[in-house]
Amino acid sequence: MTLRDALICFNGLLQRELLRFVQQRSRFFSALVRPLLWLVVFASGFRAALGIAIIEPYETYITYEVYIVPGLCAMIILFNGMQSSLSMVYDREMGSMRVLLVSPMPRPFLLLSKLMATSLISLLQVYGFLIIAWLWGVEAPVTGYLTALPAFLLVAMMLSAIGLFISARIRQLENFAGVMNFVIFPMFFLSSALYPLWKMREASEWLYWICAWNPFSHGVELIRFALYQQVNGQALSIVIAVTLVASILAVRGFQPQQGMGKR
Amino acid sequence: MSIQIRNLSFSYGSLNALQDINLSLQEGCFNALLGPNGAGKSTLFALLTRLYALQNGEISIAGRSIAHHPAEVMRKLGVVFQQSTLDLDLSIAQNLYYHAALHGISKRQALPRITEELARFDLSGRLHDKVRTLNGGHRRRVEIARALLHKPEILLLDEPSAGLDPATRESLNRHIRELCDQQQLTVLWATHLIEEVHNDDPVTILFRGRILASDTASRLCQQHNSADISTLFRSLTGTTE
Repeated sequence: MTLRDALICFNGLLQRELLRFVQQRSRFFSALVRPLLWLVVFASGFRAALGIAIIEPYETYITYEVYIVPGLCAMIILFNGMQSSLSMVYDREMGSMRVLLVSPMPRPFLLLSKLMATSLISLLQVYGFLIIAWLWGVEAPVTGYLTALPAFLLVAMMLSAIGLFISARIRQLENFAGVMNFVIFPMFFLSSALYPLWKMREASEWLYWICAWNPFSHGVELIRFALYQQVNGQALSIVIAVTLVASILAVRGFQPQQGMGKR
Repeated sequence: MSIQIRNLSFSYGSLNALQDINLSLQEGCFNALLGPNGAGKSTLFALLTRLYALQNGEISIAGRSIAHHPAEVMRKLGVVFQQSTLDLDLSIAQNLYYHAALHGISKRQALPRITEELARFDLSGRLHDKVRTLNGGHRRRVEIARALLHKPEILLLDEPSAGLDPATRESLNRHIRELCDQQQLTVLWATHLIEEVHNDDPVTILFRGRILASDTASRLCQQHNSADISTLFRSLTGTTE
């Protein structure tokens, strides 16, 4: 495989994901409605109940809406990553995954390119949400929107890789609904997306530790700090490590010796 | 350019799907793989296209092992799977560009090839139509055009005529035979429909994971004193198909 072949191939994969994304506009809107409901309804109701002390990276007291925006960005990425995995499972059942796998390009390259393509699609949704949040009055520093870009991409890669790994292990489509319930919701609620972890620690020590071990929490924190032009070193290293491990497992899961496509 | 399969066996757990398959395709010919549903044809295709890893035996294409030189081998293969693998919501062009990109072919390089292949199948005017608007026969033609886009030397088709009406089936079969003649393409056409096999075709009869007979249809009939391939197939497999 030459660099030129690789670029053409990646470009083809990205364009296909983009075309599918444009075809499925309803998916785009539902991906926006979900976090907006959290921001506009849930956060408004919760603001009075939950006081946020000054915590890093914020320099002053913040409203609850400001607190949950990074978590909601991560939620968009999480749902998108999982939905993309679902479509890969669907593709596999319908056979169009086969078109990808009979390409002469190395399989790890094909799968990682697909992860990157779905991750880039996630970013479109995230920035769509951030624009509406900004119009709603929830602002981050202007340069923060740029410095958060690599964080979004990295977290998207991590979650797509986890999603792909899961999709490689799910033989039947109907099981995926369970995976949504058993993966997406626990990942989201057992994280720092909706509440700071010190609040969780006040409620329950063991729940706190689960949240602290949840890679999604570190994804949220990486985004939160990046939006305020800071690097959270711990979150960054954990997200990179989990992305690498999940990518390796996802790629291994799609190797033919695992019986890919077995009916 | 041919395919050699040696001592190939494959099982799903305790179920033997293929047992001790030995087969060489004739170059530049329409090779038929005949077998009832469940004979192991799709498993053989999954092994030929690397969707399954080899368990026992070897497959080589033009002398290159599929296990050791996958990229080289996959460039030489065009594949049409039994189930449609087109993206229904995308246009013909978008589907074909996607396939071309997966083979490292840019849009600029792909366009003349796409035009050429679609013209062959009388689909030139429908380049930007969504695949969803095409009938079953046209979708199959697009899949064949797609499989030929990277100019493979071997074309594998797994039950390509499944679900099509007799006239479309016949025309598809004729098209592929013309390709063999014009381009010296080696074709492996898997089917359970005996009428798709001609007397001078090299034919392999697969049944319950084993090869029962392999030679040209006419020679097989002679060897087994059968009036035609249909009678021979029924007597060998005990089926009514």
